[in-house]
Amino acid sequence: MERIEVAFRVAEDQGRPALMPYMMAGYPDRESSLAVAESYADNGADLVELGVPFSDPLADGPTIHAAATAALEAGATLETAFELCEAISGRVPVVFMVYANMVLAHGGVGEFARRAAAAGAAGAIVPDLPLEEAEPVRAAFAELGLALVPLIAPTTPPERRAQICAVAQGFVYVVSTVGTTGERDEIPPQLAALVTATKAEAEVPVAVGFGIGTPEQAAQVGEVADGVIIGSRLVRAAGEGGGPEAAASAVGSFLRETRAAFARR
Amino acid sequence: MSAIEQRFGPYGGRYVPETLIAALDELTEAWAEAREDRAFNERLRLLHRDFIGRPTPLYLADRLSARAARRVYLKREDLAHTGAHKINNAIGQALLAERMGKPRVIAETGAGQHGVATATACALFGLECVVYMGSEDIRRQRPNVERMGLLGAEVVPVEAGARTLKEAVSAAIRDWVANVETTHYVIGSAVGPAPFPALVRDLQRVIGEEAREQALAAEGALPARVIACVGGGSNSIGIFTPFVEDAGVELIGVEAAGEGLDTGRHGASLGAGATGVLHGSLSSVIADEEGQILEAHSISAGLDYPGVGPEHAFLRDSGRASYFSVTDAQALAAFAELCRLEGIIPALESSHAIAWLLENGGASEGYDVVCLSGRGDKDLAEVNAQSEGVGG
Repeated sequence: MERIEVAFRVAEDQGRPALMPYMMAGYPDRESSLAVAESYADNGADLVELGVPFSDPLADGPTIHAAATAALEAGATLETAFELCEAISGRVPVVFMVYANMVLAHGGVGEFARRAAAAGAAGAIVPDLPLEEAEPVRAAFAELGLALVPLIAPTTPPERRAQICAVAQGFVYVVSTVGTTGERDEIPPQLAALVTATKAEAEVPVAVGFGIGTPEQAAQVGEVADGVIIGSRLVRAAGEGGGPEAAASAVGSFLRETRAAFARR
Repeated sequence: MSAIEQRFGPYGGRYVPETLIAALDELTEAWAEAREDRAFNERLRLLHRDFIGRPTPLYLADRLSARAARRVYLKREDLAHTGAHKINNAIGQALLAERMGKPRVIAETGAGQHGVATATACALFGLECVVYMGSEDIRRQRPNVERMGLLGAEVVPVEAGARTLKEAVSAAIRDWVANVETTHYVIGSAVGPAPFPALVRDLQRVIGEEAREQALAAEGALPARVIACVGGGSNSIGIFTPFVEDAGVELIGVEAAGEGLDTGRHGASLGAGATGVLHGSLSSVIADEEGQILEAHSISAGLDYPGVGPEHAFLRDSGRASYFSVTDAQALAAFAELCRLEGIIPALESSHAIAWLLENGGASEGYDVVCLSGRGDKDLAEVNAQSEGVGG
């Protein structure tokens, strides 16, 4: 949990937003996703959001949904995600993005939390576990020092937003737009006001994700947010390469370009 | 006024992206108001009577009774407008969408019956209608796809996964996440995040209310057993609910055993599932040990679903209802039998309830009510293909 705060503070001290690339564990295959993870750590990621492939990802648009399906077909399991986490968690804090059924099913939340902590994870985002359902998971996570990162959407009413901020750990994830994950042409004009309001209520940093697909958009969002999450664009880059080296190189240059765009602002 | 349930014992809840929570709150409030509103209920009552054709008959099926060696009544939801119980829910929710000022309606469909019902309701109220349907189901249920087109709905093929009902629900939820401010999601079964399981049950309980009254009028006593098929579980929860307090009435849900429970190719979420989250609620789901949702299988598209409504999981655990399953082959045999015994072509879904009855007849005390949830015209191509396959 503390590692997340430190990562945001380091970025802030450097006068820029924290950069948090997303990746899908096991996509397009285990080797390539390991190369992508290493490349993130090598090329300026402050934190890594590690997606656990799930059969029915309701918060995800076509790119990440297809990547999850492909990862599962390529044999990815929960263990694949834990192995990737273990490989890079010494260098950069890792926050899982994992759907509720993977956290709650069978072994139960205690089992997931235990394995995530053992792999060195700093926390998890569970996109289908809203405030009312979150308490048992938050408690189980807290015992092991894992942060349960909550989400706030443009449709979240102000009172509820304050309640979510009050229990937030690690950081608050602001969903930029009404919709699923995926690249978009424009950053919604209302986003700045939402981020500003959330920052006023949260004691932890506020990062923005969904729909950020270019270094310029990332820099634009980074003007108001403490951190910027880039998902579908990087997943697409990882999938387009021919093998682990190409994937690592493609995502690496995107991260460097994004850091350069931060520096220009 | 009783609150709209968020949970049924441990089951239910709202396991959905944060973006949808405000819309679910709005829906909960709208339904709490509407179901107590005299004008709303009067409008719904007239639509039931004059548009859907309610009450549907409770029919004493003599030749089926002789075959089952006990008295059997069929609750004829197949005679409701559009040919299945789905219209009860679709009309009610479309009326609610209109009341909430949502001009656009989306729905998912498996067998096509809910899609047709929603397209019908949207035509009636002048609402835009988009229906998500797995491309495999589009192949299996072609006539219903054509009906939806005639009614002015746009049918969007879903190519993900096994291209059946599970993926259609997921696609509809993703659409809702993106368009929640203008759109109401008419979910087709008693599944999904709260308040949907309670809302759909409330709109389907008319089946049980009528059946209970009709059964008492015909027999002067309550039935020994009420039997219904269970996919997501809307016709079953609809007919069960008014009998839940009648301790002497056995409630029996029949799931799809597909090719057999031991083959792993089935739709028996209650009989062979585990506690988990699918499509926004905690219930009994068919999943692997890591929590990946598995593909269901059933010859009937409407039962081809790896989840089930959370209230059924609760009724199972409490012992108030019992759940069994029958195979594709048993359902097909029952389908053929009902056609010839009674001159009724049942939906393959409903054929599962008939199949269980035929396996569990006999002259113990009392009589049975079976929910004949829909008619089988939509299934002719599938049934013909199967019998040719068996013959060849």
